Amino acid sequence: MFVAKINVTLKESVLDPQGQTVLRTLHDQGKGQIQDLRVGKYIEIKLNASSLKEAEEIAQGICESVLVNQVIETYKLVVESQ
Amino acid sequence: MKVRVVTFPGSNCDKDVGSVLQDSFQADVQYTWYKESFDDIPDLVVLPGGFSFGDYLRCGAMAKFSPSMESVVKYANKGGKVLGVCNGFQILTESGLLPGALLHNRTLKYICKDVDLVPVKENAFANHFSGKLSIPIAHGEGAYFADESTLERLEKNGQIVFRYEENPNGSLHDIAGICNEKGNVLGMMPHPERAMNPYTGKMDGKQILEALLKN
Repeated sequence: MFVAKINVTLKESVLDPQGQTVLRTLHDQGKGQIQDLRVGKYIEIKLNASSLKEAEEIAQGICESVLVNQVIETYKLVVESQ
Repeated sequence: MKVRVVTFPGSNCDKDVGSVLQDSFQADVQYTWYKESFDDIPDLVVLPGGFSFGDYLRCGAMAKFSPSMESVVKYANKGGKVLGVCNGFQILTESGLLPGALLHNRTLKYICKDVDLVPVKENAFANHFSGKLSIPIAHGEGAYFADESTLERLEKNGQIVFRYEENPNGSLHDIAGICNEKGNVLGMMPHPERAMNPYTGKMDGKQILEALLKN
């Protein structure tokens, strides 16, 4: 069994109004140390595969066909064996 | 005149657009459930507004894997006319029939109000209109986004059909609606079907559907 851990965020070039709103609230609370903040989503997939490499290929395929809209989003994928 | 309106789980403007097409244009309207495919050639296919698949993951992202959408893509590639309104526009971008994507409104607020649309003179379809059109919008994720080179291409090819007179949502280049290069696929965030009945006090939407059916 493998676990794919995927973080999806808007690309740097895309305005993240949700992140900006949270950032503004934190600044209003006096937390001026916080330079930037972006909100994304975390997706976890459990899958069976014969090797780590195969699991990574399957997870990458799912990311690029379904989970991520590459016009606006980018992702980080980590696959671990369990 | 034969029209197919595709209904996805979560579509809520399918009957609205179907009934105005029946009433105003005597169209023969067939509702196509998302699990159904089709291979006939209607005069128009409409992807209606709503919240397909609950807008989970991203607006319109799940809908593109429906059997009905495979038929819509084939039909559009043969030159068939497709109109996507609101969630329908989001589905068209997710399925690759139109470029770009729709983001959260810049204000993060859901916006429901009448807006003035300015038809873009470089676009052949928009040339059917003599002036501005007042059409309602109702969306939380309607800010049009595309990278610089795509925006340049849209401008150069005259693919921008409508711009907002006063940008309500942060759409780049004030874009309210675009078409594909061939001009047979139109996506727009405003709802023309909500401005087609004297009871609503607005009739400008009728011009859009009329132009689409006659074009």
